[in-house]
Amino acid sequence: MNPLAMLAELGRAVLNLLAAFGRVTLFALDALSHIFRPPFYPRELGMALLNIGWLSLPVVGLTTIFTGGALALQIYAGGARFNAEAVVPQIVAIGMVRELGPVMVGLMIAARVTSSIAAEIATMKVTEQIDALVTLSTHPMKYLTAPRVLAALITVPALVAVGDIIGIAGGYAVATQNLGFNPAAYLKNTVDFLEPLDILSSLVKGAAFGMIAAIMGCYFGMNSGRGAQGVGRATKSSVEAAAVLILAANFVLTGVFFSL
Amino acid sequence: MIRMENVHKAFGDNHVLRGVNLEIPKGTSMVIIGGSGTGKSVALKCVLGLIKPDSGKIYVDGQDAATGNRDAFLAKFGMLFQGGALFDSLPIWQNVAFRLLRGPLKRPADYAREIAIDKLRRVGLRANVADLYPSELSGGMQKRVGLARAIAADPEIIFFDEPTTGLDPIMSGVINDLIREIVTEMGATAMTITHDMSSVRAIADNVAMLHDGVIQWTGPVSQLDSSGDPYVEQFISGSAEGPIEAVR
Repeated sequence: MNPLAMLAELGRAVLNLLAAFGRVTLFALDALSHIFRPPFYPRELGMALLNIGWLSLPVVGLTTIFTGGALALQIYAGGARFNAEAVVPQIVAIGMVRELGPVMVGLMIAARVTSSIAAEIATMKVTEQIDALVTLSTHPMKYLTAPRVLAALITVPALVAVGDIIGIAGGYAVATQNLGFNPAAYLKNTVDFLEPLDILSSLVKGAAFGMIAAIMGCYFGMNSGRGAQGVGRATKSSVEAAAVLILAANFVLTGVFFSL
Repeated sequence: MIRMENVHKAFGDNHVLRGVNLEIPKGTSMVIIGGSGTGKSVALKCVLGLIKPDSGKIYVDGQDAATGNRDAFLAKFGMLFQGGALFDSLPIWQNVAFRLLRGPLKRPADYAREIAIDKLRRVGLRANVADLYPSELSGGMQKRVGLARAIAADPEIIFFDEPTTGLDPIMSGVINDLIREIVTEMGATAMTITHDMSSVRAIADNVAMLHDGVIQWTGPVSQLDSSGDPYVEQFISGSAEGPIEAVR
C-alpha cells in the first residue's frame, strides 16, 4: 500500500475518533445541563431509579460476593508464599473498596443498564416514538436522557457501596469458614484498615461509572441507525464504549486519588 | 395556513426536496401523493421542524416555523404517525393524554383520563381499551389510538403520515372516514401523505403530487381525474408506463 495512502487512512481514523469524542462530549454536556433545567419528569426519574438501582441489586450482589470470596482465596494462597496469610482482611477490604467493587459494579451496570437503555431508546427512534415525543412538545433529552443520567448518578454509587459491603462479606465468609480466621478479628482488621479516602474514591468512581454507563446508552440509542440491525449495532457499541470508558476512567480516578 | 416556499433538503448526495412550493389554506385538507421515497415524509417533517430544511421558508399562520416559541408552535399540531408511534411503556389512556399529563397543557390525571376515554370513543374504541398497553392491540386499533392521541389536545393542524398503510381495506375505509369526519368536525387544517388513492378520495379537499423533489401538480380533488398532468395520470392509473420511472 502507498505510504501516503496509509498516512491518509490513519489521519482519517484519528479525525473520526476525535469527531466522535467531540460529539459524545457535547451530548454529555447537553444531557447534564437538562438535569437542572425544567420541566422535570419525576415519574420517569422514579422508573429509572427503580430500573437502574433497585433491579440491579441482585446482579451486583451475586457478582461482588463471588469476587470477594475469590479474592480472599487468592490473597491467602499468594500470601502463604511469604508467610503473609494474615493480611487477607486488609487486602480484601482495600481491593474491594478501592478497585474491584466499583469496577465490577460499573461493568455490570454497563452490561445490564447501558444495553437496556440503548436498545430501548434505539427502538423508540426507529419506531418514530422520539419524533412523536417532539410533536407532543416534549424534549427527548429531558424526558429520556436526563432522568436516566440522574438516576445513574444517584444509584450507582449506592450500588457500589452495597457491592463493597457484600464483597467484603464474601471474603469474610470464605476466610472465617474455610481459612480459619477469627470472625471478630477479621471484622476489626477490615474496619481499622479502611480510610475515609478509600470509601470516598469508591463512591466517586461509582458516580463517574454510572454517568458513563447512562450517557453511552442514551447517546448510542439516540444516534441509532435504522431497523433491527441499527438497534443491534447501537446496543453493542454502547456496551463496548461504556466498558472501555469505565476502565479508562477507573485508571484516571485511581491516579487522581492515590498517586498524585 | 401552511406555506412552504422553495424548500430544499438533501441527505448527502440524495437531494430529496428540490424546491417545494405548497400552500394549504386554513381549515382545508391537503393530501400529498407520490411514490415511495419521493420525500413526502421529509416535507411533512420539515414543517414540524423534525428535519431542518437546507434552504427555503416554511410559514404556519404567517409565522416563520424556524423562529419563535417552539412549544407554542408545536401545541398547534397533532400528528398520526405511520406506525402509530405509541409509547410502549405507557398504557393506552396515558398515550392518548400524553400532552395533558405534562408540560404547559397539564391537567389533573382524572380529567386527562376522562378526555382520553372520550377521544378513544370518538375513534370507535371502548373504554376498556384505556388500561391496555399498545402491544396488546391490533394494528388497526393502534392506528385509532394514534388518531385519538393526535386529536386529544384539539389541535388546529393535524398531520397524517400514511394513515392506512398496513391495514386491510375495510379498516382503511374506517380510518379514512374517521379522519374526514374529525377534520370536518374540528375545522382543523389537515396535511396527509399517502399513496393510497382511496384515502386521497376520502380525505382530500386538495391534492398535491410530489415527484423529483418538487410539487408537479396541485389542485382540488374533484380535478384529480382530469388534471392533464402526466405524473398524476400515471400515478392514479398505477401504470408502469409514463414519466415516473418504475425502477427507482
